[in-house]
Amino acid sequence: MKATVLVRPKNGILDPQGQAVESSLRQLGFSVDGARIGRVVDLEVDAADAATARAQVEQMCEQLLANPLIESYEIELVEPPA
Amino acid sequence: MTSPQPRVGVLRFPGACDDRDALWALAAFDAEAVFIWHTEQELPDLDAVVLPGGFSYGDYLRCGAIGRFAPAMEAVVDFANGGGLVLGICNGFQILCEAGLLPGVLRRNESLTFVCRDVPLVVERSDTPFTSRCEEGQTLTIPVKHGEGNWYVDDDGYAELDARRQVVLRYAEPVNGSRNDVAGVVNERGNVMGLMPHPEHAVDPLLGSADGALILSSLVDSARARFLTTV
Repeated sequence: MKATVLVRPKNGILDPQGQAVESSLRQLGFSVDGARIGRVVDLEVDAADAATARAQVEQMCEQLLANPLIESYEIELVEPPA
Repeated sequence: MTSPQPRVGVLRFPGACDDRDALWALAAFDAEAVFIWHTEQELPDLDAVVLPGGFSYGDYLRCGAIGRFAPAMEAVVDFANGGGLVLGICNGFQILCEAGLLPGVLRRNESLTFVCRDVPLVVERSDTPFTSRCEEGQTLTIPVKHGEGNWYVDDDGYAELDARRQVVLRYAEPVNGSRNDVAGVVNERGNVMGLMPHPEHAVDPLLGSADGALILSSLVDSARARFLTTV
């Protein structure tokens, strides 16, 4: 089963990369108010069903993929067609 | 050898680059310094452990995030939980934070640029095993060289650790955006310390400063005191 994890800097956490990109976009003439940079992790999870896969990916996030002090995460599962 | 030699282990991760400097400096301060390969599941008999600077396992994902899961790190966590002395320098500090042995996390520098220069540091505490040769309020000159030294905890976390006096070293000027200019912290128990500056690169006047010697020789003193109580 395919899973995608989106890791984002938490609200209120300084994101210097996002700030640099925002200022570059403005220099290019785009009207943007805020840019935040996170990370995408695409996974192929070996699990019998969606609930098991989600539980596994949640553990991966808690243990390794995100640091809860500064990052939040979202999990998207793509179930294979039946 | 003029006095009993404590044994200090220096962890070697793939991607470490300051392990030899740390080993050399510890030996210069009369410790028996030994390398510990990252795959070791048990530590030999040690009086202290140093986690050196570098880019363990390439520092992918987040700095120190993968290094903390090295087999030898599990042994270091047990060693620290048993009261053993552990000093993390730069990447070592990042690993100790990721492992939960020290509070906070090291983020990308506010400037987004790699900082590599001598910085002035103020000693906030001289009553730790890592700063006993320093004086409170003393300014040390020690180099930093990092892209991710911007230490962060939230407001409540900072208030707690400030009340417990866990900040040991502070930058005397802004360096990387670190919260309240924190450069080095200890855990609540006082046996684990991490710092971004590199004391092992400042152990001889020829290197521009010998102030790092105060920190490493404090560690060797403390390790020796522990060694003597166990023989």
